[in-house]
Amino acid sequence: MNILSPVIEKSAALIPIHLQIKSAHILQKVKQCVIKSKSAPVFIETLIPDVTSLALEDIDVSNPFLFRQNRWQSYFKRLRDECPVHYQKNSPFGPFWSITRYEDIMFVDKHHDLFSAEPIISIGGQPEGLAIETFIAMDPPKHERQRQAVQGVVAPKNLKEMESLIRARAEDVLNNLPIGEPFDWVQEVSIELTSRMLATLFDFPYEERHKLAYWSDVAASSPESTGGTGSIDESFRVAAQVAKEFSQLWHDKEAKKAAGEVLGFDLISLLLANEHTKDLINRPMEFLGNIVLLLVGGNDTTRNSMTGGVHVLNQFPEEFVKLKNDPGLIPNMVSEIIRWQTPLAYMRRVAKQDVQLNGQTIKQGDKVVMWYVSGNRDERAIDLPNQFMVDRKNARKHLSFGFGVHRCMGNRLAEMQLRILWEELLKRFEHIEVVDSPQFVQSNFIKGYTKMMVKVTAKTS
Amino acid sequence: MGHITFIEHNGNQHPVDIEVGKSLMKLAIENAVPGIDADCGGQCACGTCHVIIDDNWFSNAGNITEEETLILDMTPEKADTSRLSCQISTTEAMDGMLVRLPEFQM
Repeated sequence: MNILSPVIEKSAALIPIHLQIKSAHILQKVKQCVIKSKSAPVFIETLIPDVTSLALEDIDVSNPFLFRQNRWQSYFKRLRDECPVHYQKNSPFGPFWSITRYEDIMFVDKHHDLFSAEPIISIGGQPEGLAIETFIAMDPPKHERQRQAVQGVVAPKNLKEMESLIRARAEDVLNNLPIGEPFDWVQEVSIELTSRMLATLFDFPYEERHKLAYWSDVAASSPESTGGTGSIDESFRVAAQVAKEFSQLWHDKEAKKAAGEVLGFDLISLLLANEHTKDLINRPMEFLGNIVLLLVGGNDTTRNSMTGGVHVLNQFPEEFVKLKNDPGLIPNMVSEIIRWQTPLAYMRRVAKQDVQLNGQTIKQGDKVVMWYVSGNRDERAIDLPNQFMVDRKNARKHLSFGFGVHRCMGNRLAEMQLRILWEELLKRFEHIEVVDSPQFVQSNFIKGYTKMMVKVTAKTS
Repeated sequence: MGHITFIEHNGNQHPVDIEVGKSLMKLAIENAVPGIDADCGGQCACGTCHVIIDDNWFSNAGNITEEETLILDMTPEKADTSRLSCQISTTEAMDGMLVRLPEFQM
């Protein structure tokens, strides 16, 4: 049950959103103590067994340690080969279908008439009392109205304006890396660059940019949604903080607009300029939803592809040589990195009617999970899928951005950021050596890194 | 045999022979016309084969489905005569048609 939204929607115009979230948090705590409502699941890591030791019906790919323990490839391969549309009836997130082949995923993603993105795109639900509304989890036609209001912020035309700024920031970060000494690539490069980018997109105070990455991490890590390590108290605290700071930003921009100032191309300015969203602040769960969507969408994805690229080039050193010999391959390699990493492992849908798919009957109301991470390694659609090739043909054909009306809005920004990073890396470094086993995020949704120690060697010539 | 001319954003022209029944997207890709990505391979699911049909030729390009409109609406570059080239099947009646490429694919 969602206790926050009705309270908030009614009092929206009168009480600041962050105070409303605080009251909802108190209410949620009281409910938890007094009536012992459902509490969030706790995930304790145990060793994941070899997939060949399991019966098909016992395979549960929602296990949030599957990526961390590097078991995901064998699990998904078995499903693709033996049961490509697979039902797991007792996961900690409830029953769900897994779609694991490229063509079936494309079918589900395209058919928004058969599969709804509502109410949310994670396997599990949202934390009780904190159900934000975001267009990634809305069906047509509401989806289009909201998306169209904000898509300009990452439109290629806008990006062209930003390219030199992004490059200058990448240069700055890379010029300050220690040479020949181990450092954490995740912190020093991936998080730093994506935080700077987010601050630009939101026109958020630059010196406070690290808050954006932290907020995004909390928003994406709730245990009931994705099996992450977050806590409900932290989620409420962060929601209140995001609401407070972004409401402030909104009101500042609104005042500037009222005073006749020309607004920029940041997210808030675009929302204020659009007929459908200029009063979004009065619909707090939607307001928060849009902010959180762009925070998470612009953060974990690019961040983990920045780390994943370095990691995979260490696993395929001959590909790094090929790249150094021909830097013109960078744009193609960027697509290959995004396929290889698949930073968001899946999107979830709910069947709107009974649907026959690959020999199975999915019943109306069933949860359906499109495992992009599996489709991107599907031997039926992708040549030698477990081979990383900087010069792969049709590298753009990957599923990581999704297909259909929910296709990633920020795909061109992501590609540009990664392209610039690699252009600047190749100018400076001879080697980027991973010196210790990387550490991975606990989640069934975010396929990412928490730490990766590397050592860089400067170019001699 | 007739031809269709693709015009890049910078004005470069690419006349291409019509192959009746082939999609405009495939025709462009097979003739190395730059500026079309077609990430989904022609399934009306990504919007990266966006083209703008010359006003005078728009009615020759055939009907637009609701699905195509939804995908086209996702691109900020959309114009009144925008189409997804994977959804246009070429015909003899397109001899002389002008097809402009947008500055960016989304």
